[in-house]
Amino acid sequence: MSDAAALTPLHIRESAQNSPLMPLVVRDLTLRFGETTVLDGLSLDLDTRGCTMVMGANGSGKSLLLKLLHGLIHPSAGQIHWGSQTPTAVTRRQALVFQKPVLLRRSVAANIDFVLKVRGKDRSRRAALLEHVGLSHKADQPARLLSGGEAQRLALARALATDPEVLFLDEPTASLDPASVLAIEGIVNGARSRGVRIIFVTHDVGQARRIADDIVFLHRGRIAEHSPVADFFPTPQSSAARDYLSGRIVV
Amino acid sequence: MDFWPIGHGSSEHAFNFTQRLGLNFGCQTAYPPTCGNFCISGIALQSITDALGLAFALVLSGDGDLLEIVALSLRVSLTATVIACLIGLPVGALVAIGRFRGRNAVLIVMNALMGLPPVVVGLLVYLHLSRSGPLGFLGLLYTPSAMIIAQTILIAPIVAALSRQVLEDLHAEYAEQFRSLCLTRLQTIQALLWDARYSLLTVGLAGFGRAIAEVGAVIIVGGNIDHLTRVMTTAIALETSKGDLALALALGIILLIIALGVNAAVQSVRMTAARQAYV
Repeated sequence: MSDAAALTPLHIRESAQNSPLMPLVVRDLTLRFGETTVLDGLSLDLDTRGCTMVMGANGSGKSLLLKLLHGLIHPSAGQIHWGSQTPTAVTRRQALVFQKPVLLRRSVAANIDFVLKVRGKDRSRRAALLEHVGLSHKADQPARLLSGGEAQRLALARALATDPEVLFLDEPTASLDPASVLAIEGIVNGARSRGVRIIFVTHDVGQARRIADDIVFLHRGRIAEHSPVADFFPTPQSSAARDYLSGRIVV
Repeated sequence: MDFWPIGHGSSEHAFNFTQRLGLNFGCQTAYPPTCGNFCISGIALQSITDALGLAFALVLSGDGDLLEIVALSLRVSLTATVIACLIGLPVGALVAIGRFRGRNAVLIVMNALMGLPPVVVGLLVYLHLSRSGPLGFLGLLYTPSAMIIAQTILIAPIVAALSRQVLEDLHAEYAEQFRSLCLTRLQTIQALLWDARYSLLTVGLAGFGRAIAEVGAVIIVGGNIDHLTRVMTTAIALETSKGDLALALALGIILLIIALGVNAAVQSVRMTAARQAYV
């Protein structure tokens, strides 16, 4: 999977014109659905570079946090600031890869073309993007007949086609085989090395060790711990993180 | 209890009714009504078998009048289907992705309009297009254009309501991804219409089926004029009442073949699409 020239981060040019997205500042973020409080006064600061892994038990609010940060849903209370801007103002400068990729009922190539077209990007980049995720040989095949790993790589290529400054990944490698997981991680690492800020939800401890710079551990709608990966795994500070890592159930 | 006169009276009534409609199957000699039932069924059975033979002969011979009627039917109903899709699909898409006050009321009206009685549509179009009507100056009454207008009004709600359902289901799947990509409303509608194209083919087919099969609206606004506005359904109605069962059956056979053929074509397109997971 070559790092094609067409993938040279356009966002560097774009961000020169726009105000910077980072740092991310989240204060007292609360999300309620009726009587249920899903996120409960969460605060978080993320700095400019790297890959932040969001971990936590099922139902701890990881995916919802991502959607809030991306501006897809709105909080019940609290603030999110990307630099000086709100999430909905910067959705366009970010991309989200869902756990289950939502692919259009078209060919692989047409899925990329669609994004390049709606975002007004150079259509000739398609070949380089497909090459980058190793799908050149499947360009003319129906996207929805791809295997799980291929579908997720296409979703990643589509996300990268928007030249995001921040790339959200919501358990993109859940239910993929080890080779596909490594392929996805390779692409994500490539994006990071080009300066894309990565925010990655995962349950995979090994994956977090491989690619994370820091870990945000969610527990019951709050941040139980936010520490560099070098500290988190050997000496987790919170009891929730210790229980999670040792395999004890935390709800 | 003397119930005989009642029964007698009603059979006489039934006979007069068929006479008035012209549905006498050439058995005028069957009067008095006491032997009416027997004569109708006996001769009708005979004439239906003969008529079937004649009908097939007509279909196979490629009779000029027959072809003219079939061609006009297809022209009117296909045009009406295309126009109804041009109106109905965008409306269905807008309602599918829209969140506005009174949306439920719009849904109810759209669904109710699917059941518009053709004769009522025919009557309304007639009132507008007749000499004294607001659109009388166009001189469209008793022309194929009037029939196209009536059929379009009849099936546009069907296309809108069915496509709304199809597109809303698809949008439920795509909505979050589309919001992440910051698509405009127009881009969303275009993408939904394209990605639902094979399901919408079935929606169009439902509209076409209704158009080609209806008789009430086209007979009112078209008038069933030979060589001008005579389509298959109106010709079947006329020929049946005249007792010319051969032509009526021949047209009926063609109508069925068209229905089967169009459905088979759409089905095969859909199956090809399904193999590529495009449905």
